[in-house]
Amino acid sequence: MQKTLTKKEYQKYVDEKSTNSKLLRNVIRAFVVGGLICIVGQFITNVLKMKGLGQDETASLTSLLMILIGALLTGLNVYDDIGRFAGAGSIVPITGFANSIVSPAMEFKSEGYIMGVGAKMFVIAGPVLVYGISASVIAGIIHFMLG
Amino acid sequence: MAAKKIGKQTVKLQNPPSIIATASIVGPKEGEGPLRLYFDEIIEDEFFGEKTWEKAESKLMRETFAKVLKKANKTAENIDYIFAGDLLNQCVAANFGLRESGVPFFGVFGACSTMAESMSLGSLLVDGGFADNVVCITSSHFCSAEKQFRFPLELGTQRPPTAQWTVTGSGGAVISNKGGGPYITHITTGKIVDMGIKDVNNMGAAMAPAAIDTIVTHFEDTGFKPENYDLIVTGDLGAVGKEICDELIREQGYNISSVYNDCGVMIYDRKKQDTHAGGSGCGCSATVFAGFIYKKLLEGVINNVLFVATGALLSTTSSQQGESIPSIAHAVRISNSIS
Repeated sequence: MQKTLTKKEYQKYVDEKSTNSKLLRNVIRAFVVGGLICIVGQFITNVLKMKGLGQDETASLTSLLMILIGALLTGLNVYDDIGRFAGAGSIVPITGFANSIVSPAMEFKSEGYIMGVGAKMFVIAGPVLVYGISASVIAGIIHFMLG
Repeated sequence: MAAKKIGKQTVKLQNPPSIIATASIVGPKEGEGPLRLYFDEIIEDEFFGEKTWEKAESKLMRETFAKVLKKANKTAENIDYIFAGDLLNQCVAANFGLRESGVPFFGVFGACSTMAESMSLGSLLVDGGFADNVVCITSSHFCSAEKQFRFPLELGTQRPPTAQWTVTGSGGAVISNKGGGPYITHITTGKIVDMGIKDVNNMGAAMAPAAIDTIVTHFEDTGFKPENYDLIVTGDLGAVGKEICDELIREQGYNISSVYNDCGVMIYDRKKQDTHAGGSGCGCSATVFAGFIYKKLLEGVINNVLFVATGALLSTTSSQQGESIPSIAHAVRISNSIS
């Protein structure tokens, strides 16, 4: 079809017709919600420190509790609503990482615990782990070389 | 040239079959949309009493099949063939939903264009004297489609404004050689059109060129003009694709604006229901046709309809490999009178 438009021209035409996401609004929402999640984390950290835990234990336990909150809110069908509102604000923190693992586990439970939950659990978090771990190994080697 | 063929891609049926009944069942979100009063049944939850989304979609199709038979006052024995399809891999919603029907079955896949494709094939069979009664039926389900094509439901992501929302629903029609209309009079079968769009979140833009091609070819083949129609309706181009379709058809010399609409735009209140560019899926055009358009034809509010269901013929693998999105649009002319 389209004797008048080439593929390139059509792509350009489509780009003009398609509205983009509202960047400023999304950035503000991400900032606010992401900030709130961090405040919750800081609150947990402060409470744990008050209870007399050391720096390392506090950091680990805070991460664990944030993961628990993220997983729980995913299971309660709330985290996707937060995500729809906040975008990167709720994807980037560790609660978002929990969400990316729990949500496929829930979704693919119908295919069983091996090929469903087991195989699909890391379908979204997998790339993050692969490249995150790879990057840390490279950084470790450089650190070692530099003494 | 074949006796019934006119022009490049169109068939003029000599014994136009009637659509004697339609049925539609939709999900809760569609049941809150502007067309809610036109659907036969609105299910309360998306599982529909089943354990998986896929089973729920099969049940949607099974129940719609039962409903359309009942409304047509037929039993399965009266039906010569079923044409059915859906979006799931290997069309399992149709295959599983209709496995107990006991009716000769043609599974078809035209992505979201499947309803018009089924109606085209069904009416060819009836017109040709190969069948008395044919059921055409398709379905889609938001949750099973998301699971297969996109992300898990509970993943907290945002969609771009051009993304569409897969309709949960199933629509079916009985096409018969007896009956007093509405009649299927012309069929314009679409070609695969690919204008190089790769964005899976902008299916409307990918499919619009196919719709434009089919609609313009229909006009050229038949000599009909936009004025000959009360409604020209595309399947699921959504707001973005609809605007493109309308504008580029005008550039080709046909102004369809006053009679043009899109099922994906009609089925939801996009602003209130957060469906971005609108509805999509095999169930979108099927439920809007079976629910709304057919009833308006029966009431005589509209008399001549060009039903153009549109399909994006991609898979998750093809898009991950960076391929563009080939698309198709099939047109069926439905009229209250035989010209």
